[in-house]
Amino acid sequence: MSKEPIVIDPSRSGRLDRRSFLKLGAAGAGTLLLLPDSASAATKVKTAARIVIAGAGAAGLTAAAQLAQRLEGAQITLVDARKAHFYQPGFTLVAGGIKPASYVVSSTRDYVPSGVELIEEAVAEIDPEGRKVVTATGKPVPYDYLIVATGLRLDYAAIEGMDVEQIGNNGLGSIYHSPEKAAATWQAMSKFADSGGVGVFLRPGTEMKCAGAPLKYTFLTDDHLRRRGNRGKAEIIYNANNKVLFSVPIVHEKVRMLFEERDIRMNYERTLAAIDLGKKIATFKTAEGPVELQYDFINVIPPMRAADAVRNSPLPWQEGNWAADGWIEVDKHTLRHKRFDNVFAVGDVAGVPKGKTAASVKWQVPVAVDHLVAQIEGRESQAHYGGYTSCPLITRLGQAMLIEFDYKDNLVPSFPGIIAPLEELWISWVMKTMALKPTYISMLHGRA
Amino acid sequence: MKELDPLVFWAVFQEMLGAPLLWLMLVVILAGTAAFFALLLKERRIDSRRLVRAEFVGVAGGCLALVLMAKVSSSGFTDAGGPADWFLIALVFGLGLAGTTILIYTLLGWRSRV
Repeated sequence: MSKEPIVIDPSRSGRLDRRSFLKLGAAGAGTLLLLPDSASAATKVKTAARIVIAGAGAAGLTAAAQLAQRLEGAQITLVDARKAHFYQPGFTLVAGGIKPASYVVSSTRDYVPSGVELIEEAVAEIDPEGRKVVTATGKPVPYDYLIVATGLRLDYAAIEGMDVEQIGNNGLGSIYHSPEKAAATWQAMSKFADSGGVGVFLRPGTEMKCAGAPLKYTFLTDDHLRRRGNRGKAEIIYNANNKVLFSVPIVHEKVRMLFEERDIRMNYERTLAAIDLGKKIATFKTAEGPVELQYDFINVIPPMRAADAVRNSPLPWQEGNWAADGWIEVDKHTLRHKRFDNVFAVGDVAGVPKGKTAASVKWQVPVAVDHLVAQIEGRESQAHYGGYTSCPLITRLGQAMLIEFDYKDNLVPSFPGIIAPLEELWISWVMKTMALKPTYISMLHGRA
Repeated sequence: MKELDPLVFWAVFQEMLGAPLLWLMLVVILAGTAAFFALLLKERRIDSRRLVRAEFVGVAGGCLALVLMAKVSSSGFTDAGGPADWFLIALVFGLGLAGTTILIYTLLGWRSRV
């Protein structure tokens, strides 16, 4: 077992490693967004600990793979009802008409490491005092260590009049719901790109997964309209929930400039409160009272909150901005729960300031796993997560900006001087469309 | 362990291309290179006429590499936005050109000797 501290913070280390990578060629470059930090070569730690991982999405499966590699004799159990696995970073590509729905769908079972048990039931209750998770059928699963990776819940019901069954019909789009609805959204958007009219885009007032996606989809719609010669017949309106388009100030300014250049109107401090699907009217909550927007196409992004099992448990923040939506109270640098030291949260459900993305998962999981393994061994882990996340922000078909940043709102480019983070580049698009999915899949297998 | 592990790249490329294609490519590259050097050793010179002919085919190989790249990355031909893009385009074209040239040169060379 290596005793060297594992520092997982690209702003502090790793630059030389990253540059040396260039020699290996640009095609696999997406790997850098999900840089490896495996300890697989080290000797395994022997333990009889029972480790439960609630949730078998990207974060849960990655954690399972890494734990299985580092521990011997541990009883590792994944709990998740969903049989399909979704490659969620691909949803915008499906809804943008670039990839088919099948591109993002695989099976959870394909990624469950050998020796790890998968209980195909939903997590109904988490009891950190009693050290157990209870499944939907009432089966208790006791644990010594718990990793919560339940992701988040899309709260469509919070938007009055919203009906997910109608996604794809009558100009209603919503890229996050599911692969099928992402494909249906593409049908609706493509129709809009043929006819023109008013396109309404927005983001919710809550924390959300991949905060770049609403912007990407606005850019993609703009480009499809232009390519079909219909941009002149269309008006595009983007509604931000707060005063910025992106939480990193320098990125906000860049996106604002691009939106102005592309004639995309911006409204600030507006959140979608209600929608009339028949009349195609979206009602936004603003400081000046409700504002109605007539649309021909809309991309609805619902408020996002932690799963009910988490919200009803003692795990969420008890006060502050994240308490209401149930994000788990963890230390942002170690992902360890602040009140229950045998509990960790990784992925979307973690109550940390930045990034509910697959890149965050890649950087969070090794840190949480190292702290957990160190606890089993009775040593202190130095692993540290600096908030690194990345967003290949698509700005048109064939180009993206490779934006990587951390908790401090610093840009932390993997290829400084070569791939400019605020430049619209084909190479960044190539990473998004070619290299990211293989890297992601390798991550699930614990190989990247 | 902070170094980039070559095995990770192997894993990613395997995921990208599929194991059979990746191994096939590796075999073609290794066998082609070996055959090329074997030919050089045997002839002890570069046949310039053969090389020029191989280079002509090589240009087509470079173009083919770019077309393949555009196809797998869902790109068009107007997407280059900055120097890094031109570098990548040059790299892909160059690899296609060099690879095809060496292969064709070697093939022609061994065929003329048979």
